[in-house]
Amino acid sequence: MGRLRQFTLPDVGEGLTEGEILSWLVAVGDTVTVNQPLCEVETAKAAVELPSPFAGTVTELLHEVGTTVDVGAPIITIDVGGDGPAPAAAPPASAPAEEAVEAGLIGGPAPGGRTSVLVGYGPRTTEAKRRPRRSGTAVAARATAPQAPAEADHGSGPDRPPLLATAPDATTKPVRHGGLEVGRAAEANAAAAAAAEAATSVARDPGRGALRPLAKPPVRKYAKDLGVDLATVPGSGPGGVITRADVDAALAAPAAPTPERASGTESPGETRVPIKGVRKHTAAAMVASAFTAPHVTEFLTVDVTRMMKLRGRLAERPEFAGLTVSPLLFVARAVVLAARRHPMVNSSWDDAAQEIVLKGQVNLGIAAATPRGLVVPNVKDAARLTLPELAAALTALTSTAREGRTAPADMAGGTITITNVGVFGVDTGTPILNPGESAILAFGTVRAMPWVHRGKVRPRQVTTLALSFDHRVIDGELGSRFLADVGALLHDPGNVWAW
Amino acid sequence: MTALQQATEVVDPVPGAQAPHLPGQPDLVQLLTPEGERVEHPEYSIDVSDDELRAVYRDLALVRRWDVEATALQRQGELGIWASLLGQEAAQVGAGRAMEAGDMAFPTYREHGVAWTRGVDPLHVISLFRGVDMGGWDPIAAGLNLYTVVIGAQCLHATGYAMALQRDGAEHAALAFLGDGATSQGEVNEAMIWAAAFSAPVVFFCQNNQYAISVPIERQSRVPLYQRAAGFGFPGVRVDGNDVLAVLAVTRAALAAAREGQGPTFIEAFTYRMGAHTTSDDPTRYRLGGELEQWKLRDPIARLKAYLSRSGIADAAFFDGVDAEGDELAARIRKGTVEMPAPAGTEIFDSVYAEQTPELARQRAEFVAYHEGFEEAGE
Repeated sequence: MGRLRQFTLPDVGEGLTEGEILSWLVAVGDTVTVNQPLCEVETAKAAVELPSPFAGTVTELLHEVGTTVDVGAPIITIDVGGDGPAPAAAPPASAPAEEAVEAGLIGGPAPGGRTSVLVGYGPRTTEAKRRPRRSGTAVAARATAPQAPAEADHGSGPDRPPLLATAPDATTKPVRHGGLEVGRAAEANAAAAAAAEAATSVARDPGRGALRPLAKPPVRKYAKDLGVDLATVPGSGPGGVITRADVDAALAAPAAPTPERASGTESPGETRVPIKGVRKHTAAAMVASAFTAPHVTEFLTVDVTRMMKLRGRLAERPEFAGLTVSPLLFVARAVVLAARRHPMVNSSWDDAAQEIVLKGQVNLGIAAATPRGLVVPNVKDAARLTLPELAAALTALTSTAREGRTAPADMAGGTITITNVGVFGVDTGTPILNPGESAILAFGTVRAMPWVHRGKVRPRQVTTLALSFDHRVIDGELGSRFLADVGALLHDPGNVWAW
Repeated sequence: MTALQQATEVVDPVPGAQAPHLPGQPDLVQLLTPEGERVEHPEYSIDVSDDELRAVYRDLALVRRWDVEATALQRQGELGIWASLLGQEAAQVGAGRAMEAGDMAFPTYREHGVAWTRGVDPLHVISLFRGVDMGGWDPIAAGLNLYTVVIGAQCLHATGYAMALQRDGAEHAALAFLGDGATSQGEVNEAMIWAAAFSAPVVFFCQNNQYAISVPIERQSRVPLYQRAAGFGFPGVRVDGNDVLAVLAVTRAALAAAREGQGPTFIEAFTYRMGAHTTSDDPTRYRLGGELEQWKLRDPIARLKAYLSRSGIADAAFFDGVDAEGDELAARIRKGTVEMPAPAGTEIFDSVYAEQTPELARQRAEFVAYHEGFEEAGE
C-alpha cells in the first residue's frame, strides 16, 4: 500500500462551519487526478464541487451522501502511491492542509479538537507537538491570579483536554495547542492573568484594571437594554465571550445559578447534546418571543365535516391534479380570508419606533418539522394565490423545508403563522408566536367525534383550533372575532361567497 | 460534465455559424467579432504584429489557467477566498497591455489579468487571497497599486495620483479599474467630478460584467453606463470587453489623450463574469444557465484563437505549447501556494503605519513577550 492522504472539508465560503455531502463523483478504487471533482457539497451559501488536491487511487469515502460534515473533518482517503506506509511524523510544513495518516489510522481521531476558523486552510490539525510554556513570570502571575475566569475553559468539551491547567505548579507545565480557538482561550487566560497582575500592582489604566466581562459592543447594548448584568452571564463564545444567545438564555432563567459544567457529575447513561444550529436558533427565537410578547391563547372546536366533503370533491377536479388537497390548505385559505377582514392580526409590534406595523400583504408562515429542526418558511403574498396555486405553494414550501433547502429569504418577512400539530395526531396546543408576528394558529387533528348536529348526537368530523396572539397588539375581542371567522370558514366553506 | 468543467469550457465558434451579437448596441466598439472575424471601426483602428497577437493569446490563456487553478485551490482549502476573472480576460489583458512605462494602474481585487501584464508574479497576488500578506509586489516598480477591496475607493486614489502626475509635469496617466456595481458608489462619482474639474490624466476603466454580485445592471442604471460620462463632462466609450483588440485600441487612445492633457475618459468594457462573484457566491441563485451559454459563444479567448488559426498566424503546435505552458504555470502556482510560509505574527503591527505609533509599539512588545513565554516547538 502506498502513502495515504486525507482531504479535509475546507471552508469554501468564508466562515462556514459545515457542509452536506450532496453526491460523490468518484468511488473507491477510482483513479483521480489533481483537480478532478470528487464530490458536491452544499453549504449555507452554495452548492459547490470539491476538486481533488491529490492524484492517486480512492481508498475510502468517509461519509455517505446526505451527511453533514464539519469543516476540517476528513472526507476522503486517497492512496497517492509511493512505497510503504506514511511516516508517522507530521507532514512537512509545506502542506498545511494535507494530513498524512498511518495506514491503521484511517478515519483518524474524531475531530473533537477541531476549530472553525475564517480562512479556508485553517488551523494546522497536524501540529500535534505542544510547546511547553516556559516556567517564569507569566505562569507565576496566573498562579496568583485571584479570579481566573471560568469562562476561559468553557470551550472544553468532555472530549477535549483542558486548555490550560487551572492551578499550575512547578510540575504541571501548561501547554499550548495548535488551534486558533484554543490559542484564543489561552490568550484570554493570559490576558486575565495580566489584568489581575495589573490590578494587584498599579492601576495604570483604570479601564483595564477590573475584569470586564468579554462581549462585543452590540451584545453589551443588548444586555443593557434588557437590564442584564453581563457579569452574571456565562459566555459560550470563543474564549468565554458572551454572545447574544447567552444574554437571551440568562434572561430566560434569571434566578438560575451559573451552570457549572463540572465533569464527573454526569450520571451514567446521560447524553449531552451540544446546542447549536437550528436548535439554538429556535431556542433564542422562542425565548425572545415568549418574554417580549404577552401571549394570549384562545380555543375553538369546530365541526369541519362539510369542509372535509368539499376537500374530497375538489381533489377530483382537474385543477388540483397532482396537488395535495390537505385540510391545511383550507386552514391556510381561511386564515388569509379572515386576516383580510381583520387586518390588525396581520401586523407587527415595532417597539423601537413605538408603532404597530400593519403589513401590506399576508406572508403566510407554515411551521415545518424537518430532520434538522423547526423551520418556518412562508408563502409570500398568499392572498394573491388561487386555491390550486396555494396548494402548490404549500407543497413546495414543506418539501423544500424537509430537504433542508429552504432559502433564508423564504423564512424572512413572515406576517402570520400556522402550525399544523394535527399531523402528529394531537388535538391542540398553545403555540408561541414567531418573533415579529402578532398571531399564530395551531391546527389540531381532524377526528370523528360525537357532536350535536341538528339537535341530535351524530358522528362528525371535528377539529380544535388554538390562536395565540400578542396582547400588546390584539385584544380579546379582535382575537376572538378572527378565530371565530376562521372557524366559520372551516365549518361552512360557503362563507367564502359572503366574504 | 461537472460545473467546474462547464464554467471553463471554451466553445470554439464554428466559422459561418453566427455567434450571438450583443443586441441593440450601435455604439459598441468591436474589432474582432465573436466568430473571430477582424472588422474595422471608423474611430478606432489597431495595427498589431503577428508576434504581438500570439503574445496576447498567450496572456489570455495563461491568465485563465491561473484563475482556474486558484479557484480549485480555494475549493481545496488552500485559499481563504478567490475572485475569479473568468470571462473578463480580454478586458483586463487589453487594458493592461495598453499601459506604458510610468503609467500606474489602480486595480480592484479581480484584476489578475492586469497584474499579469504588469509582470506581477501570480503567487504575489495569491498570497493576498491566502491571507499571508496584503499582496506581495512592489506597487511602484510594477506600476500597479495593491488590490483594493473597498468598492470604488481606488478611483479616488487614481484621481489623486493623476493630479500629482499633472503637478509633477509627468507625461504619464493613471488607469482606474472599477466594476459596474462601483458606479453606484459615492467615491466613484466624487473621483469623476474631481478628475473632470482638474482635467486629470486618469482613465476610468469599468468592466461591466453585468452583475454587482447578484444585482443586475438594469437595476442600477437607467442609462448605459458609458453615457454617464457625458454628465461629468468627459468622453464615454463602450467597447466589447470580450474583444481584446478593441479594448487595447480604445484604452491606448484614452491613455494617450490623458497623457497629452486632454483629461479623463470613461471606458465601459461590456463583458460578462462567467464564474461566481467570488468563491463564496453561488450565481445559480440569481441568474439562469442560458445566459451563461449565450456568453460562452462570445468567449474572449475562443474568438482570438479562431482568428489566429484561420488567418494562419498560429498553428496547432503553438496552441499546444501554450496549453503545456499553462499546465506548468498551474503546477508552479499550486506548489508555491501550499509552500507559502506563514507570516510572522508581528507583521500585523509592522505594516499599519509608515512610522510606528507608541500604542502599537507597546502592543507589539506585549505580543512578542507573550509568545516568547513558550519554549520552542519540537522538544
